[in-house]
Amino acid sequence: MLGFGILSGLLVLPLVGAAFILTLRGDSEAARSNARWAALATTIATFLLSLVAWARFDTATASFQLVESHVWLTETIRFKLGVDGFSMPLILLTTFLMPFCILASWDSIGHRVKEYFVAFLVLETTMIGVFCALDLVLFYLFFEAGLIPMFLIIGIWGGKRRIYASFKFFLYTLLGSVLMLLAIMAMYWQAGTTDIPTLLAFKFPYSLQIWLWLAFFASFAVKMPMWPVHTWLPDAHVEAPTAGSVILAGVLLKMGGYGFIRVSLPMFPEASVYFAPLVFALSVIAIVYTSLVALVQEDIKKLIAYSSVAHMGFVTMGLFSMNEQGIQGAMFTMISHGLVSGALFLSVGVIYDRMHTREIKAYGGLVNRMPMYAVVFLILTMANVALPGTSGFIGEFLTLMGTFRSNTWVAFFATTGVILSAAYALWLYRRVVYGELDKPALQTITDLNRREIITFAPLVLLIIYYGVQPGPILDAFAVPTESLLNNVQAALATVKTAAVAAH
Amino acid sequence: MNPALTIPAFGPLLPEILMAAGALVMVLFGAIRGERPGYGMNIIALALLAVTFVAVLMLPSERVETMGGSFVIDGFAKFMKALTLIASAGGVILSLDYMRREGISRFEYPILIILSTIGMMMVISANDLIALYIGLELLSLSSYVIAAFDRDNVRSTEAGLKYFVLGSLSSGMLLYGSSLVYGFSGSISFPAIATILQGDVGIGAIVGLVFVAAGIAFKISAVPFHMWTPDVYEGSPTPVTAFFAAAPKMAGMAMATRVFIDAFPGILVQWQQIIVFISIASMALGSFAAIGQRNIKRLMAYSSIGNVGYALIGLAAGTAEGIQGVIVYMAIYLAMTLGTFAVILGLRRGNVMYETVDDLSGMARTHPVLAFCLGMMMFSLAGIPPLAGFFAKFAVFNAAIEADLVALAIIGVVTSVIGAYYYLRIVKVMYFDEPAERYDAMPAGVKLVLALCSIFVVLFGIVPAPLVAAARAAASSLF
Repeated sequence: MLGFGILSGLLVLPLVGAAFILTLRGDSEAARSNARWAALATTIATFLLSLVAWARFDTATASFQLVESHVWLTETIRFKLGVDGFSMPLILLTTFLMPFCILASWDSIGHRVKEYFVAFLVLETTMIGVFCALDLVLFYLFFEAGLIPMFLIIGIWGGKRRIYASFKFFLYTLLGSVLMLLAIMAMYWQAGTTDIPTLLAFKFPYSLQIWLWLAFFASFAVKMPMWPVHTWLPDAHVEAPTAGSVILAGVLLKMGGYGFIRVSLPMFPEASVYFAPLVFALSVIAIVYTSLVALVQEDIKKLIAYSSVAHMGFVTMGLFSMNEQGIQGAMFTMISHGLVSGALFLSVGVIYDRMHTREIKAYGGLVNRMPMYAVVFLILTMANVALPGTSGFIGEFLTLMGTFRSNTWVAFFATTGVILSAAYALWLYRRVVYGELDKPALQTITDLNRREIITFAPLVLLIIYYGVQPGPILDAFAVPTESLLNNVQAALATVKTAAVAAH
Repeated sequence: MNPALTIPAFGPLLPEILMAAGALVMVLFGAIRGERPGYGMNIIALALLAVTFVAVLMLPSERVETMGGSFVIDGFAKFMKALTLIASAGGVILSLDYMRREGISRFEYPILIILSTIGMMMVISANDLIALYIGLELLSLSSYVIAAFDRDNVRSTEAGLKYFVLGSLSSGMLLYGSSLVYGFSGSISFPAIATILQGDVGIGAIVGLVFVAAGIAFKISAVPFHMWTPDVYEGSPTPVTAFFAAAPKMAGMAMATRVFIDAFPGILVQWQQIIVFISIASMALGSFAAIGQRNIKRLMAYSSIGNVGYALIGLAAGTAEGIQGVIVYMAIYLAMTLGTFAVILGLRRGNVMYETVDDLSGMARTHPVLAFCLGMMMFSLAGIPPLAGFFAKFAVFNAAIEADLVALAIIGVVTSVIGAYYYLRIVKVMYFDEPAERYDAMPAGVKLVLALCSIFVVLFGIVPAPLVAAARAAASSLF
């Protein structure tokens, strides 16, 4: 069909769903219900289509697959899509989480329902676009386009300080990204193209690499977010509706990590080596400092938001350790964190929908009235702490192992983060779930309903499944990681040879 | 052959001749027919613009000089004339209903728009300093009158007067600069000036260049010659503001490009620093000053100052890539500004027009389609992909990076983030705030303009290639 492949389908399908919802007339209960079901059907169809893409995907090769390329801006700036072992799992994560977001918004979104689902579906397209773009301008386009629906989601359906949070989110990330845009242009004039596979093979001069790396870092560090530019995240998380938080933590944060592994590491290897100590330092500060900050939070969502920053610290640390364990661990942490933090925000949403408060103080003793919820929340807490047997452990362990090989002290300090995360997560659990059920408002709280059980069951099962059977995901990363490292080593070796020859 | 006997080729002037003849016929027709209700004159004006548009498209794309070298057409002139004609047509369509309801629907209005448009087309094709000045005066004089078109309204007459006084001053500066340039180069023809002014040209010519730049900066409302813009934009009747924000901007940027690229290519380093300064100052002022504005027309005035700053980035680069950026930027800016003013014209209840930002409150619920269109215009003006405004900014910044104007590009993107704040504020007011009363239904003409502009802005990202390729062809005709 005109050369459009399955990846274009993944981009278009959510938009078709959004267009369909827009055609629904009126704001009656029937129209709202139709909008919900249409959104759910669209996201499930997209997920199924991504599974088809996954089935056609060959994990044995590091090259880009399912590639399609169409005329776009100019001869060299093309509409080019493709996936490799790094992006495919992230696309699956995105399409997998979306139906849960729709389910989580089923009852909790009471006004402007149609617009809400339209915004979510458009957001899904932009997220998938980021992960499958094979042209830097296209990558930037999707990277930024996601700001519009997210701005509206936080601003319209958010909490009390939604306007402040939405502006902060938008302007912070925009400021980071515009520098990346200039770097993309500089690369275009240097290499004559913005085609990612071509750029992966292109050698940028060292002095230029430094600047380009910094410009991309400004964008990815904000998106990640890394300390000290993480401050938009707690605000955005706290104010966003539940599903917005899920997507924010589950997918949007991964764009930063994906950017590092797609652009910074392979295209600027020497600059990456040069700046690795900086990244290590910021990561360790993020891990220790934000864990400490998480300890004193009084708002459940804020606590989880800070824990996300700490986990992203592990990701950046692992990526820049530049060895197999580190990079695979970082990628695995991203996937696992997408599931775990997504599920954690969903579980906060469950009690928020009932009590309309996120204050930790307002809860206590939930286990008495909500045994099922207590079990789910316990498993998720354990996964967040990275208990062996959950997916969190695999990622964190590999990351720490990789970092240990590259810098022992960094690994040493980062490991204290593991202890701290246990402290804040378990203490949160203790305060919310255990203790006496003495708050009058909680006396009538009800346990998970059927829709919520359906939402949590697959997430919890996957978290445990990948905790004991990480193979399927790690296999996808293995080949591209190896090829990435080979290229980086080769680039560094030529530099060394040149340096030796110059002496 | 005796040159005095040569009859110049009139073919390249066909669009201007058509317009001028049409304007005269309209004056006669109007004088005989007298003041009558209805859109008769407007429809004639639109038909004239459409016919001229076709005539422009049929011009040859290669460079042709005529009228003893005072008049030139090339791909660039063709493209910019087409844009100007579209802008003028937009100005006429937006005015249809407004002028009637405000009781200022006189037959002179479309004629003045046509005359002003002839001036713009002359400016775009001017190939010497005299032709440039004459075209500019025709453009300006007609503009002064239509700024004050609501003559019983104090604000409108004040706008017209202010525009006239400051405009005359700037014309004077341009003329003085032209005389210096003529004095030091010995010619008024752009190609001749280009061959003479090369390398180290001495202080006199530079002073002339500065004065010419000042006159041009005034016409495109670039800082530090922008002071008239907010007052004129606020005071003029809204459709006139829409026209000012669109058509003269196209001609002004084309004039700036023509003068600097055609007449002063040999002293690029001299004018590049002027343009870089003007560009930075415009972007910064446009972003910061707009933050405090409550009146949308005033806000759009500062927005247009900022946008001129971005377009000037392309000119500052001084390369084919840069001019391509200018063209792409202006084409997309045209759609964004006409679309935004179409929405402003829709804010009417009974006989009252509303024009403050707060009047947009909660429009997403009372007028979802309108709010969506304006929201997309705002995101586009802020340069957020995948909307058209992103491609406009991409084109000019890309040229700046190519020309090694990295500092300019960095300042540009940072001010665009600051500017994003006030565009977002409009989206916030429409989408996050509580709704006010509904507005009256939009007139059909305004709806049409808004629909076309919105479709262009939202869907441009899917097929950007045709415009970019056309702009490239047009830009390359200058080099």
